[in-house]
Amino acid sequence: MFEMSSNMLYIAFGLYLLSTICFAVSITGKKFKNKTGEERNKSALFGYVTAVGAVGFSIAYMALRWIAVGHAPVSNMFEYTAALGIAMALAFVILYPIYKNNYLGLFTMPVVMLIIAYASMFPTEAQPLIPALQSEWLYIHVITTVIGQGILAIGFAAGLLYLVRMVDFTKKDKKVKGVEFIMFTLVATVAYVGIVGGFQAAGYEAEFQYINEFEEEATIAYNLPPLVGPNEGELISEQGFDPPILMPEFIVSEDVNTILWSVLGGMVLYLLLRIVLRRPVGGALQPLVRNVNPQTVDEISYRAIAIGFPIFTLGGLIFAMIWAQIAWTRFWGWDPKEVWALITFLFYAAYLHLRLSRGWQGERSAWLCVIGFALIMFNLIFVNLVIAGLHSYA
Amino acid sequence: MKDVICECGHKNPYGTYLCESCGKPLKEEDKKVANMRYEGVARRSQTYSSSIVDKVWNFFSSVKVGIWIIVLLLVSSSLGTIFPQEMYIPPGENATEYYAQEYGIAGQLYYDLGFHNLYSSWWYMLLIAALGISLVIASLDRFVPLYRALKKQRTTRHAAFMRKQRLYGESDTDDSSDEDFDKVRAALKKKRYNVREENGNLLAEKGRFSRWGPYVNHVGLIIFLIGGMLRFFPGMYLDEQVWVREGEREVIAGTGGEYFIENHEFIVDFYDDDAGELFQEAITREEAPVVSNFQTNASLYRQPDDASIGGESDLEHVEDHEIRVNDPFQIDSISLFQVDFKLNELNTFSFGLEDEEGEMVGDVEFTVDLNDPEGFYEFDNGYTIEIMEYFPNFYIDDNGEPTTLNRVPDNPRIIFEVFPPELEPNEDSGELSMVGIQVNESLNDTSHTIRMTDADTIDVTGLTIRRDHTLPIIITGGAIFMVGLVQGSYWHHRRIWLQRKDGRWLIAGHANKNWHALKKDIASVTEGTSLPEPVDQLDSEEEPQKDE
Repeated sequence: MFEMSSNMLYIAFGLYLLSTICFAVSITGKKFKNKTGEERNKSALFGYVTAVGAVGFSIAYMALRWIAVGHAPVSNMFEYTAALGIAMALAFVILYPIYKNNYLGLFTMPVVMLIIAYASMFPTEAQPLIPALQSEWLYIHVITTVIGQGILAIGFAAGLLYLVRMVDFTKKDKKVKGVEFIMFTLVATVAYVGIVGGFQAAGYEAEFQYINEFEEEATIAYNLPPLVGPNEGELISEQGFDPPILMPEFIVSEDVNTILWSVLGGMVLYLLLRIVLRRPVGGALQPLVRNVNPQTVDEISYRAIAIGFPIFTLGGLIFAMIWAQIAWTRFWGWDPKEVWALITFLFYAAYLHLRLSRGWQGERSAWLCVIGFALIMFNLIFVNLVIAGLHSYA
Repeated sequence: MKDVICECGHKNPYGTYLCESCGKPLKEEDKKVANMRYEGVARRSQTYSSSIVDKVWNFFSSVKVGIWIIVLLLVSSSLGTIFPQEMYIPPGENATEYYAQEYGIAGQLYYDLGFHNLYSSWWYMLLIAALGISLVIASLDRFVPLYRALKKQRTTRHAAFMRKQRLYGESDTDDSSDEDFDKVRAALKKKRYNVREENGNLLAEKGRFSRWGPYVNHVGLIIFLIGGMLRFFPGMYLDEQVWVREGEREVIAGTGGEYFIENHEFIVDFYDDDAGELFQEAITREEAPVVSNFQTNASLYRQPDDASIGGESDLEHVEDHEIRVNDPFQIDSISLFQVDFKLNELNTFSFGLEDEEGEMVGDVEFTVDLNDPEGFYEFDNGYTIEIMEYFPNFYIDDNGEPTTLNRVPDNPRIIFEVFPPELEPNEDSGELSMVGIQVNESLNDTSHTIRMTDADTIDVTGLTIRRDHTLPIIITGGAIFMVGLVQGSYWHHRRIWLQRKDGRWLIAGHANKNWHALKKDIASVTEGTSLPEPVDQLDSEEEPQKDE
């Protein structure tokens, strides 16, 4: 059962890829029109159908894993992050029939794939639940939140689409740098997945003996070649080499090493792209999306946020408070994850007020959508892994 | 300040932008599309500004100020997560030293700025209060005039109003027919529009109630904030911790001595090999065993009304409950939560007595309850042992005096006075010795030695006693907020105006959001008629509209 659920996710991943390709073809491919002027290029339809199929397999993955492990598969970093990707795809599948915008598919599907691939870098095996998580509120709270965030993520995809369409890439201003920074972040994530996934598959492990922050001897295993080593580290495994730099004891050297690899890998990939394209990455994408109606994309991003915001609030704050009252005796305790959920809520509330009352539409609104998504990812990754709190389950 | 009289005869308050009745723009501007926010009504905040009350009102009614408050709250909230708040630093650590020790200069600065208790600082409270005030004033400032304008709106609008709508269409020919008009009206009704007619003009409206969504959710938020504030009133909120040893009863704080809780057994379970093959990989990855359950098997007792004060003997058993994480024990308005535990706390010591030859003295065996020791132990063979002093958690204080840190027997020391048969406990002084874990010192001339023969431990459960009378208010506020949010987000206010002027069609549409659906509605109802397709006047502009 467990293995079958993993296979479902693999199939879904393949279908997301196929859907991306179909949407790309529907945009770049020739426009065939028959005599009555009807569009004969069916690839957009294929794209949508494969996306629906992919979501179906994704839901099958979740259902099977739920049955296999006995609890909702949203209890650790892998499960939650994968669920976020799936939720984004689900939101797209629901929103697409309203606007029939193929460009949105072209921007959404790769992000979905990237999120799921990123998720699978975390330990994917089944984990038992600690007592605090043993409650039906686990799936009520987390699944509602993840659906809300998935819909908000569509706001990001549409916002990014708007920016790629509207920013003037012939200039060298802040806007271009901003879009390029988003592109770099995406590329660096690809690099991270490629590098970590590659070395994982190859079974790479370098082990060090070092002095930890309590001034005790300890060992640490690296799954990537050590660019930086731990404090007074000495290689004790056959694989690996002596790193050029050693970190001081208060830094988790392995994390720094991974980040360094991702950033360097991202830079290499990004530079390659720049050399091949001979212009900003956003600028290279712009001709593809020149037929996008900015008003429509702006409205899609706004709608996504107007729909996602209440769901996120319900799951991420209200259900969260109910559960916190039951499990932790108080509905609110200023735990970092709680605070960052509040910050996300406040941010989107500010977005809605700016849009409704101050007329922040179009480009400014698109930037806000991007920042909002960055906040969601920050709360998922940084707050869980770096800021210790009650929510650190990974 | 004078009212403004529109050419339709309606008297508008000073500051009105679009006539409340016919919609004619009362202020000239060269924008193609009229700003339809709040229907162009005059708001109090834009009308008066002379007195202090007006100034305060104007300040807090501004959405700009509201957004600034939100942003300030957002930024300051994030500052509090840089390092842990004081309540999350390890127990027993002193904040004065902890931050500097753990995080260096940045930590010291964090502490000095008071960020270790950021969320209860005066300025954070002030920001929340400002948010509350802004919610009330900004809502009132807009809701009242908006409500009036939407109630008073006329079916026939001024041509200038029509022209300045974002969606606007005008037919080139003057062949409008009653037949088409009826067709459109029927189609609109079928789409569940609320249709009104006046002099052959038509107003179709749908989802007006979504306009009240923001005000409803603001009311919910205000109730929520009031609920949060009430916590600081006495009697509203109870947060106590109680430690109960296995087999013991403790009074439940906040019940006025009426209820007692007994801990029959405290249980910790771990995931082990029985947890199934599936979890093995994850379990072996963890260095420490993974806990599967914390549980206190508890009983609740009640003091009968006629019982003598303080008597625990005649307690009535009320009910049993297995208190687990995520499954508190509910007693009236009080909940008991499983939050902490202590395994293997010392419970009793058993002793024997050794004479000069190192032989055990027969019959002298006794057990001391470390939580409630007896003073005297008398034996049939004439020996008497007295506990002279008992330190449950022994340490030597700054003056070099032996004393105890608290009543928890973590490091018990007992000073015994042994009276062999030849001594009279009331008159003579006996042999003194101090006994503890791996400690056995004679304090005077002794011929007997007290030997510890056994030690017994017990598990202790830590429960939180919580009563929160603000919860009903918080829940009400949260529910109203959610209703308002959904009401304002998932429904849309749409209006379509249809007029015939000199035989020509004029059609205009307005939606507070989701223009896409409005456009589809218009396209669908005008299909097969001579009505013109309205144009989105924003599409023709290069840059999207930016107000103010």
